[in-house]
Amino acid sequence: MSEFGKGYRILKKEILSDVTKLMIIEAPQVAKKAQAGQFIIIKIDSKGERIPLTIADYDREAGTITLIFQEVGKSTIHLGTLNEGDTVDTFVGPLGHPTEIKNYGTVMCVGGGVGIAPIYPIARALKEAGNEVISIIGARNKSLLFWEDKMRAASDELIVCTDDGSYGRKCLVTDPLKEIIGGGKKVAQVWAIGPAIMMKFVTLATRPLNVPTIVSLNTIMIDGTGMCGGCRVPLKEGAQFVCVDGPEFDGHAVEWDSLLGRLQFYRDEEKIAADRFKHECNLDKAMRRQ
Amino acid sequence: MAELTPKERMAIGRHEMPVQDEKVRAGNFDEVALGYSQETAIREAERCLQCKKPQCVEGCPVGVRIPQFIKALREGKMAEAVKEMKAKNNLPAICGRVCPQESQCEGRCILGKKSKPVAIGRLERFVGDFELTQRTCPLVRAKSTGKKVAIVGSGPAGLTCAVDMGREGHSVTIFESLHVAGGVLVYGIPEFRLPKRVVHAEIDYAMDCLGIEIKTDYVIGRTLTLKDILEEFDAIFIGSGAGLPMFLRVPGINLNGVMSANEFLTRVNLMMGYLFPEYDTPVKIGKKVAVIGAGNVAMDAARCSLRLQTMQSGGHNPGEVHIVYRRSRQEVPARDEEVHHAEEEGIIFDFLTNPVEILGDDKGAVRGMRCVKMQLAEPDASGRRKPVPIEGSEFDMELDTVIVALGTSPNPLVFVDAAELQRTKHGTVIADPITGKTTVDKVWAGGDVVTGAATVISAMGAGKRAAADMHKFLSA
Ligand SMILES: Cc1cc2nc3c(=O)[nH]c(=O)nc-3n(C[C@H](O)[C@H](O)[C@H](O)COP(=O)(O)OP(=O)(O)OC[C@H]3O[C@@H](n4cnc5c(N)ncnc54)[C@H](O)[C@@H]3O)c2cc1C
Ligand SMILES: Cc1cc2nc3c(=O)[nH]c(=O)nc-3n(C[C@H](O)[C@H](O)[C@H](O)COP(=O)(O)OP(=O)(O)OC[C@H]3O[C@@H](n4cnc5c(N)ncnc54)[C@H](O)[C@@H]3O)c2cc1C
Ligand code: SF4
Ligand code: SF4
Ligand code: FES
Repeated sequence: MSEFGKGYRILKKEILSDVTKLMIIEAPQVAKKAQAGQFIIIKIDSKGERIPLTIADYDREAGTITLIFQEVGKSTIHLGTLNEGDTVDTFVGPLGHPTEIKNYGTVMCVGGGVGIAPIYPIARALKEAGNEVISIIGARNKSLLFWEDKMRAASDELIVCTDDGSYGRKCLVTDPLKEIIGGGKKVAQVWAIGPAIMMKFVTLATRPLNVPTIVSLNTIMIDGTGMCGGCRVPLKEGAQFVCVDGPEFDGHAVEWDSLLGRLQFYRDEEKIAADRFKHECNLDKAMRRQ
Repeated sequence: MAELTPKERMAIGRHEMPVQDEKVRAGNFDEVALGYSQETAIREAERCLQCKKPQCVEGCPVGVRIPQFIKALREGKMAEAVKEMKAKNNLPAICGRVCPQESQCEGRCILGKKSKPVAIGRLERFVGDFELTQRTCPLVRAKSTGKKVAIVGSGPAGLTCAVDMGREGHSVTIFESLHVAGGVLVYGIPEFRLPKRVVHAEIDYAMDCLGIEIKTDYVIGRTLTLKDILEEFDAIFIGSGAGLPMFLRVPGINLNGVMSANEFLTRVNLMMGYLFPEYDTPVKIGKKVAVIGAGNVAMDAARCSLRLQTMQSGGHNPGEVHIVYRRSRQEVPARDEEVHHAEEEGIIFDFLTNPVEILGDDKGAVRGMRCVKMQLAEPDASGRRKPVPIEGSEFDMELDTVIVALGTSPNPLVFVDAAELQRTKHGTVIADPITGKTTVDKVWAGGDVVTGAATVISAMGAGKRAAADMHKFLSA
């Protein structure tokens, strides 16, 4: 067979919030090399698409990779329906460059929504490297927050906020960020991971104070190996490929509006695919009920 | 049947390839060329003069024994035809479909001087297709040598090297970064020119017979490095191709609706985007498409665009697909047959036209392209006529999709942690032109990663020559 149905097994599934799930997947060859900041590409079945997800954690001995994903469309909703013991067809990585971890002094880690998952291993590694780590995590509401305890353990100080005030401070992550860096605290570098729009506003907040800000970009991808150019991101000095040159970039060099526009390109098709999948799921359920 | 005289042979006209009607095929992804019937194949084979010094063989990069296989074919000895073919070419069903025969074997055929050359490619395809279903000549593996060979990349170069090494009794593992084997044969060349079942069948055949292992989802440079591989294997062949797309350096290249031909073709072919939403990967095509470039890749992108437009509009296609090329018709690098088919299907060719800017609307999407008219200067020292812009000839095309097919270079990912492996400034691997030996011990390379984007058969030739040298090295 030229397309091996090797099957990568889901060993554990955990529900973190209404729309956020954690999965531990067996992929020893990926776990062996994985580092904070890298990602994998997963394809569920023979008709599936290839989607990128960050390596939220890994266990070299057990040969496993932990993923955390938010159900936003067909592929992530589909993935969320799989259970422990099920397999996925394709699981490839680790891709992209790892985060550059060293002792910078005081650093800040800002995670928004599902971005809390990828910011956690970075915060943890930065703390282990001797940095003072101040973290801010935020989500639209309380039900979308997760890993507060883990983030607290990985940080010297943690600020939690929600857009609607249902938990923690009622504000956007950029408010406490501005207070801290504007209040004279010497921050050597900021990491921000979350929705593109959040990362844009974080970089706008840090730019006037010249605090270097690293963002992890979530462009649309296919191969994840530099072959298609679909993930290219407009930087001030020219386009780069997120999958091989990133996923982390200097947030002050990103042309955010162009990036935000590119993320919208397949919106109609994404809706068709998600609606079709939900419809099939409902049919399935209806059939089973009979 | 009595032997024909040469005169009688020459009197037989070249047999046309039956094709799907151009109106129908513009709305589907089924194969365009339908293949000879057995009767036609034998009649066509009768045209061959069995030259004592066959020029055709000189024109084939792997030296297929053309007169021998054609003779066996016309005598109805199919198993023998297959054997003659497979002595030099492991993948005839593929080469018969995609080789640029007009500039290789057929370009040299003696009959071409007076009339039309023997349709060697079509006969090769006939033999290859026969073998895929009949398997008369299974590849056999020599006694195990206990040596382990790693192949990086499962395109034609890697596959050919793998098969030859497998035959010699070495234990072969192919590492492929994508989820399917085949390289450009599966992600680039579209279904209507090279059905995926043909590629899968050729690969399965070889793997079944020789016990070659293909590890998909292994990105060398990330999942493993060449260094890691060298610790476990006795020799490596790098056949990772030239998969890095080049983008135009003009304003507007990051607008929505501009993509590389690689992205477009990968969505369509590898991910089966033309069957969206049955398959999950979408591919978006506009009503007015321009493909920049005029190689095989550009033709494929244009013809896929046309098919998607027709499928999405439910039959009658109100759209347009342009090929925008800065030189003239004569310089078009694509295969003749592809250009001919593209014209038949209604692709519009804009020769001597060069893009200077891609124009966007207020939402960041493509709305057009500013181009300049070109003229060809007098031939330079190399004999090439350089295109130069005609001043003041700028004009705007109205468009919603721009596909860039300007060529590719080797993807550097595979060379992570392999600084000792010397490469040219174009990123291609420096390797002995005959043996494929690189500057690093135990490492060979061949195909597009050495030559830059070339052809299926030249990649296969490189895989074959490297295998011969690797075998020599491993048996020493
Ligand atoms: C390097 C990288 C790492 C990532 N890591 C994670 C992760 O750890 N967890 C996680 O949940 N997601 C992550 N993403 C985003 C994830 O890949 C997308 O959410 C996923 O591809 C959506 O597929 P879908 O079919 O479910 O939704 P789609 O149908 O493709 O999209 C549904 C909605 O999500 C938006 N969307 C589509 N693609 C993306 C994208 N790449 N990023 C953000 N929004 C998108 C669309 O605009 C649309 O509104 C990462 C992306 C990249 C590039
Ligand atoms: C659209 C298109 C149409 C074409 N049409 C024709 C035609 O009609 N006739 C013709 O003769 N030629 C044609 N060509 C050219 C021909 O396909 C190539 O010259 C040939 O495929 C090169 O073979 P290769 O084995 O060197 O590389 P490829 O076919 O490119 O295969 C390389 C393989 O290596 C894998 N790989 C790359 N990097 C890594 C890595 N780091 N780790 C693991 N695996 C890796 C890739 O995924 C790929 O599978 C066409 C090319 C394209 C793109
Ligand atoms: S491999 Fe290609 S060039 Fe050689 S004989 Fe066959 S079709 Fe002709
Ligand atoms: S050159 Fe033409 S006629 Fe002569 S052997 Fe080759 S195919 Fe036959
Ligand atoms: S995902 Fe294709 S080049 Fe990055």
